[in-house]
Amino acid sequence: MEFSMGNIQFYWDRESTEEFYQKVAGSSIEHVYLGESVCSKRRELRLGDWLEVGQELSKNGKSVVLSSLALLEAKSELATLKKVCLNGELNVEANDFGAVEILTAAKIPFVAGAALNIYNQHDLKVLFDRGMQRWVAPVELSRDWLLNVSKGCEALGIKDKFETEVYGYGYLPLAYSARCFTARSEDRPKDQCGLCCIKYPEGRKVDSQEGEELFRMNGIQTMSGMVQNLINDLPSMTGLVDIVRMSPHSLEVFEWLDKFENALVDQSRISTEGFCNGYWHKIEGMKAV
Amino acid sequence: MELLSPAGSLPALKAAVDEGADAIYLGLKNDTNARHFAGLNFTDKTMNQGINYAHDRNRRVHVAVNTFAHPDRSQAWFDAVKKTYDMGADVLIASNIAVLEYAATHYPELELHLSVQAAATNVAAINFFKQFSVKRVVLPRVLSYQQVANLAQDTDIELEVFAFGSLCIMAEGRCYLSSYMTGESPNTVGACSPAKFVRWQETDKGLESRLNDVLIDRFVDGENAGYPTLCKGRFNVEGEITHALEEPTSLNTLSLLPQLNNIGISALKIEGRQRSPAYTRQVTQTWRRAIDAMKKNPAEFQVQQEWDKCLSNLSEGSQTTLGAYERTWQ
Repeated sequence: MEFSMGNIQFYWDRESTEEFYQKVAGSSIEHVYLGESVCSKRRELRLGDWLEVGQELSKNGKSVVLSSLALLEAKSELATLKKVCLNGELNVEANDFGAVEILTAAKIPFVAGAALNIYNQHDLKVLFDRGMQRWVAPVELSRDWLLNVSKGCEALGIKDKFETEVYGYGYLPLAYSARCFTARSEDRPKDQCGLCCIKYPEGRKVDSQEGEELFRMNGIQTMSGMVQNLINDLPSMTGLVDIVRMSPHSLEVFEWLDKFENALVDQSRISTEGFCNGYWHKIEGMKAV
Repeated sequence: MELLSPAGSLPALKAAVDEGADAIYLGLKNDTNARHFAGLNFTDKTMNQGINYAHDRNRRVHVAVNTFAHPDRSQAWFDAVKKTYDMGADVLIASNIAVLEYAATHYPELELHLSVQAAATNVAAINFFKQFSVKRVVLPRVLSYQQVANLAQDTDIELEVFAFGSLCIMAEGRCYLSSYMTGESPNTVGACSPAKFVRWQETDKGLESRLNDVLIDRFVDGENAGYPTLCKGRFNVEGEITHALEEPTSLNTLSLLPQLNNIGISALKIEGRQRSPAYTRQVTQTWRRAIDAMKKNPAEFQVQQEWDKCLSNLSEGSQTTLGAYERTWQ
């Protein structure tokens, strides 16, 4: 089992982003995802900058993947998506079937991202036949579900022909909307958002009136209110999961990366109070087992 | 431009046909469709009766098999496709690749529409689904009017848009808020904010609505207390109690009717298979009148007050919005 660093889903300034990737370069992590998957207006780093970061990481032995935008609305976004898909250097994580189409038309192998509606072996067979090399499972799927998918893949003769990745640590991407919730929370129209989400590097909290942490606003994306943490579930991933994703919201992710790597070796149980892991156990995502 | 009305039951289907819907969409009584609610949907018998009723009056029936096939019982979804074909329905509405591929390879003569749950918002995504010989795409409620117009220009495929009904504010089929809170996903179980998790309670602080014990909203006397759809609750954003995601409101595009017609939209979809036959009757009647008036004289088209009043009364929180069609909503 290996680990990946997910792309930064929040809007971080250039300096923080560069500092973050310097740390990633020096870390033991095998796979790194880069790029903007949430909002096309976020341009602290542009495609050329991401490719440069990718080159540096590749020199440090990392396997690098460029993440693509999850929700495409404007024609300009489709033009950018084409540039991302046809970048010529890095593999691409397709987060919309538009990306899958562009990549398959160009006969470029790809990673099927968690924002794609892929739920069963038949879906995977169609994508595998079109060049999918890795599947990042939708965040709501449980271990049982993955086990059934795996059995189904075996029957179709595609088991072990692609890698499977799951979100192991981080806020979960739960939904995408036309509406920018962060701009709205500041009474700004989306078209004059002032890129205000840069002020919320870990998103903006949405709690119930009783103080329960429900969601995090991240621009047009709604994320889980709690951080999912599957460190104690690593043993139950054996044979099902090839790559465990660490999705960053702060530099804390590096401490947890160390703990995850250690847990793989010594099988120790770590306290995960305050985190959730319900999805993996086929219950409410926000619950903990 | 076709008027497509929802039917959660045979009486609703008949009401839609009687009031002039060009086509009616429905689902089977199981988790293969995205309105899998108790007491709703069609058995073999009622589906057969419904299809006959519609066909006798030259209307078409669309069957939604638009949830995502479970890996251990995909056959249930394939059986739903077979049933749609065998019963003589006119169209299959599907979102899952597995279902689309099965239909395309086993029943190539069955007309396929891409469900909104597939979340195809752009030309490239639409092109991906062309491999299954999809004839029409139902657009997610995330595009502005201008973006819909651009798409209509850039693709040769038929486009269907949501015209009226409960407003889903997230890209459909890619929203896990409900499973995060209840453990049941619209994509795999077929219901958002399922009724079995809803609890109402009178307290000192007011009437509380809860979903799986999570407080969604609290109403003082005289406030209109709506169903606790979780994205329409009042939450706390750094001290401010607000409808952080969306207010209880429904989509209403009556005012856009001439423009939608101009850009060549093939069908207007009315949301609400979970609503009563009376709802289907009133909404279908109103939209039939509006479409007919628009077709008769597009340049002079004006939304009649009585249409708006009727639709507002049937809306969530008695409020309507143009939703994402209008940039200011976004």
